[in-house]
Amino acid sequence: MERVPILKIGQTLFVSIQIDLQDETVIRLQEDLADELAATGAHGVIIDITAVEIVDSFIGRMLTTIGSISRLFDAETVLVGMRPAVAITLTELGLSLSGVRTALNAEKGLEILNGKS
Amino acid sequence: MDVDGRNERMAAYLRDSHDKVVGRWTDLVVAGVRGRTSREEVRRELEDLYALIVRVLSGADEHAAGELTATLDELSRSRARDGFSPTETAVGVFSLKDAVYELVADAADLVPEFYSLSRMVDDLGLRTFEAYSSAREQIIADQSAAMLELSTPVVRLWDGVIAVPLVGTLDSARTQLVMEKLLDTLVATGADHAVIDITGVPTVDTEVAQHLLKTVSAARLLGAECTISGIRPQVAQTIVSLGIEFGDIATKASLADALALALRQAGLKVVPL
Amino acid sequence: MDELPIRSGDDVVRVRQFVRNAAADNGLSLVDQTKLVTAASELARNTLVHGGGGVARVEVVKSANGRIGVKLDFTDEGPGISDIDLALTDGWTTGTGLGLGLSGTRRLVDEFELTSEPGAGTSVVVVKWSR
Repeated sequence: MERVPILKIGQTLFVSIQIDLQDETVIRLQEDLADELAATGAHGVIIDITAVEIVDSFIGRMLTTIGSISRLFDAETVLVGMRPAVAITLTELGLSLSGVRTALNAEKGLEILNGKS
Repeated sequence: MDVDGRNERMAAYLRDSHDKVVGRWTDLVVAGVRGRTSREEVRRELEDLYALIVRVLSGADEHAAGELTATLDELSRSRARDGFSPTETAVGVFSLKDAVYELVADAADLVPEFYSLSRMVDDLGLRTFEAYSSAREQIIADQSAAMLELSTPVVRLWDGVIAVPLVGTLDSARTQLVMEKLLDTLVATGADHAVIDITGVPTVDTEVAQHLLKTVSAARLLGAECTISGIRPQVAQTIVSLGIEFGDIATKASLADALALALRQAGLKVVPL
Repeated sequence: MDELPIRSGDDVVRVRQFVRNAAADNGLSLVDQTKLVTAASELARNTLVHGGGGVARVEVVKSANGRIGVKLDFTDEGPGISDIDLALTDGWTTGTGLGLGLSGTRRLVDEFELTSEPGAGTSVVVVKWSR
């Protein structure tokens, strides 16, 4: 099973999702992130989904859950790079992902984490 | 269905009298065409139809019926494109009956055969009407789509601020287009604020409000904040009386107010020179 | 018509990719492709998780006025749904709801038909037309 790598740069954890996500991969990512947050005390998480073509309700819920878990570790999560087609589909599904912040790209995501807004 | 072989007999007759009948049919159709198509072209089209009609009548070929309707549909479409009315096209088809009748008028023993042919030609003529109708509907649908596209601009007001001035009713088709254009523009310009102006939307009911909420929701997934501007007094009253909640979405009376808010949120201030 | 088994998470991924290719090959816009593949993902997952496994059928169809569409059929022999109305109940959710995700899925497609009986499995057939 493929694992999504987590990079630590300064006080931020970076996750870039490049593959077609299977349920087990998604659950594993959640666990790995919780481990990393606990181990590193990082202040922020950036999840880059620029390459993701499909976000269904399962993956959508995972993203919200990651947001909640991060908050427990006093870290903020920003979801970046969502594709327009994915955003429109999620909205139609009725998912607003209100538990995570969002930004157009990793750079803007970092600005948010570093207190720009 | 050829109960007593009458269709086969008619098919044989039509084959034998091919030149005479097609020639006469062409004369009749050319008279109605009034120069909009050349005689050679009319003759060619009618030859094709004639051959298919004979094949269908003779009953030997099961593919003939399908080919006949396809050819007739194509003929109707091309006549419509060339500006012929559906009546003109249908009359052209019906005139085959006249062409055949002139030759069998004195042969009393061909009455049932002629009647059968006549019924068949009637059906073909009616079919041209249907083909014309669906071709027009397609044109209308295409034009509606083009109009929808034209009436949904997305403009850049300032660095990081884009505006979507909506004019006309906001139905689900429009909403889909607005969402697509808005989100594509957010990505292209890197904007993080969108102002959706509804001054030009005549009525805001629960359905329209849902569409607006959907649009804002989608924009937020791309990290953009939204303001809805252009709330007219009557619209405000309707919204409240319907119990519609815009929640945490900022709303302003005018586009100008919304721009001022967006600039403020971006940490910008407008000062005199 | 193509038939794909749904017996594992890998199969769900395979169904997604297959449907995405079918949608792209038959003229669906990018947004419509995304919607259809997302619907397929939801339905395939339901078939696997709630239906104990089943099969997906993908077919290219033509409407009366000549439009082309992609038709998907997800069938399982699982426990079936006892309260269909409840399963299809709508709600503008924040994504924390559980359930079969069917009401949302229905909004992603043009045609949606659900047949299910307790003890006799479930079948969901959807169609997305090209514009």
